[in-house]
Amino acid sequence: MKRHPFSPRRFWAMVVKEFIQMRRDRVTFGMMIGIPLLQLILFGFAINSDPKHLPTAVLSADQGIFSRSLLFALKNSDYFRFVSEVNSEAEAQKLLDGGEVQFVVNIPENFSRKLMRGERPTVLLEADATDPVATGNAISAITTLISSAMDRDLKGNLQRLKATPGPVDLRLHRKYNPEGITRFNIVPGLMGVVLTMTMVMITALAVTRERERGTMENLLATPARPFEVMLGKIVPYILVGYIQITLILLAAKLLFQVPIVGNPVLLYAVALVFITANLSVGITFSTLGQNQLQAVQMAFFFFLPSLLLSGFMFPFRGMPDWAQAIGSVLPLTHFLRIVRGILLKGNGLIDILPHLWPLAAFMAVALTIGVKRYRQTLD
Amino acid sequence: MRFAAVESTDPEFIIDVEGVTKRFGDRTVVNQISMQVRRGEIYGFLGPNGSGKTTFIRMLCGLLTPDAGQGRVLNYNILTESAEIKKHVGYMTQRFSYYEDLSIAENLDFVARMYGVPNRREAVDKSLERLGLTERRRQLAGQLSGGWKQRLALAACLIHEPKLLLLDEPTAGVDPKARRDFWEEIHSLAARGLTVLITTHYMDEAERCHRLAYIAYGSLLTHGAVADVVRAAGLTTWAVTGDNLYPLAEKLRGLPGIDEVVAFGNTLHISGRNAAQLQASITPFMGGAYRWEPIASGLEDVFISLMETAKDNFA
Ligand SMILES: Nc1ncnc2c1ncn2[C@@H]1O[C@H](COP(=O)(O)OP(=O)(O)O)[C@@H](O)[C@H]1O
Ligand SMILES: [Mg+2]
Repeated sequence: MKRHPFSPRRFWAMVVKEFIQMRRDRVTFGMMIGIPLLQLILFGFAINSDPKHLPTAVLSADQGIFSRSLLFALKNSDYFRFVSEVNSEAEAQKLLDGGEVQFVVNIPENFSRKLMRGERPTVLLEADATDPVATGNAISAITTLISSAMDRDLKGNLQRLKATPGPVDLRLHRKYNPEGITRFNIVPGLMGVVLTMTMVMITALAVTRERERGTMENLLATPARPFEVMLGKIVPYILVGYIQITLILLAAKLLFQVPIVGNPVLLYAVALVFITANLSVGITFSTLGQNQLQAVQMAFFFFLPSLLLSGFMFPFRGMPDWAQAIGSVLPLTHFLRIVRGILLKGNGLIDILPHLWPLAAFMAVALTIGVKRYRQTLD
Repeated sequence: MRFAAVESTDPEFIIDVEGVTKRFGDRTVVNQISMQVRRGEIYGFLGPNGSGKTTFIRMLCGLLTPDAGQGRVLNYNILTESAEIKKHVGYMTQRFSYYEDLSIAENLDFVARMYGVPNRREAVDKSLERLGLTERRRQLAGQLSGGWKQRLALAACLIHEPKLLLLDEPTAGVDPKARRDFWEEIHSLAARGLTVLITTHYMDEAERCHRLAYIAYGSLLTHGAVADVVRAAGLTTWAVTGDNLYPLAEKLRGLPGIDEVVAFGNTLHISGRNAAQLQASITPFMGGAYRWEPIASGLEDVFISLMETAKDNFA
């Protein structure tokens, strides 16, 4: 059998055709613009939950009994899980930026001694408050935790320290989203949700529509190769994805006053991987379904876990392990971290790399399955 | 060994396949069909609905994989070289399969790009002009009537100058004038060396083919030039003319030697393969108000008789 390499010409023929069809199908095009706007309005509310075992780093300069019992109390509360001990402020900062920890507990030098002297030493709790729902309960629990822990140790003449305003001065430092405003978290997240929903759906219909309308027979009778057809169907919708991103960014900035700290150009670049991953999933569904209805059902089958297990609806760290495992495979999970990282934390390329490669890997797998599944005959 | 036969085929045959078989589940839809079509020939492919014509054509151009059989189309192996075959075949599907939400010109342009037609714009313009579609170029294909859709489909499958045309019921639902124009076009293309395989249900169209084949229930029942097919059927046909033929037809049906009784206006055609038996059966009815005369059997008489026999054998 002769080799038939990829033909840019035939690929372009597909792109042009899809563009014309997209332009003619006003209803679908309107939906693709309307859905993001509708969702932005609908998701004005937050969904609450009580995540525990949040990864926490400890930066302690004190070895005294009081600092130890304080850390022990935090650990016992189930809200905090100590994952690392760091030695410098810079190190702690890096962990927070990378999203590896949710909290840093910072205990200053001579904490125990100052406490015994009644000087009310400061304990600093730095929180990644990007997602206020994730940190909210842990933060509200910590004040009580500290005083009850201290109570046990303050005996004899130290008892007097129990009086108000308490033995320790707890300072809370909410980073990235200092006011803990939920919509700062929701709006960038919505970008990923909208893209997942529309991109998967639109391409899920792409191949089944050709089959249902009978145009597939003609397409197969031409010398077109599967990869040319797939790519030709993907490229026009990448543009649609970018229109959606722009709409949401504008709404975030103008309507919801979300502070945009990072570089939007980086976001646009990374979004290409995410959009292509979702389009490839759609194409794969399109080759599996017999008709457009089945394709849409499969798109929903993909969309629901994405919505629920990615950390959009519920804080990722609040989910059981199995749910986190599923969530880690989904592209939306990683894209949410990237979007929030870039927009709210000002992450650069290096910071988001750990979330970028799973996205790219997912895209490669989905595209391969799609091309393999696309059959060149009507059998 | 299996391929030896294929290698030795005469390149004069544009289609040269043997034993082509297709099964869907445990139903054999195309059963051991062999076919040879020469360059420049218009080859008619006839058979009742569901007899496997479309399935057979799809196997010729690589849209379906045969379960058995082998052969060559345009001297390319149908099993391994369908990508090459596709480049040189123009396939007009039974159901209109161009994009209804694209205009005529956009559809042609898409097809031209797909086949890498040189001087694309020119080719599209020329093809629009030749088929008289120039004024309608911006009209959406979905808004066209049957006849215009058929013209568009023909223009589209000719744009890459194929060497073989596979036309699947191209004239179904098209008015007589448009059908005649269509056949003029087909004949002029064939005169220039294009080979055409065409399926149809119209007898007048069948008679315009150089040669034809008839299939029923997936099996090839007869093939050859029109006259040969009629002769090979060995059919005797009588025509009865007169008023009120219906009661007569009822009485004749089922008598020994009478295979079919078909009404054509004020005439009945009575055919059978056993001339003596037929004669014996009709003799008692001769005379009276009816006028009896033996006539040459037509293609339709032959096909109906073939189908009746096939029903007894296969169904
Ligand atoms: N993809 C398929 N799956 C199952 N059965 C099929 C398929 N395509 C065609 N058939 C069946 O095969 C038979 C022959 O169909 P077809 O080739 O379209 O006949 P024709 O074109 O002569 O009318 C029909 O009974 C049809 O229902
Ligand atoms: Mg058919």
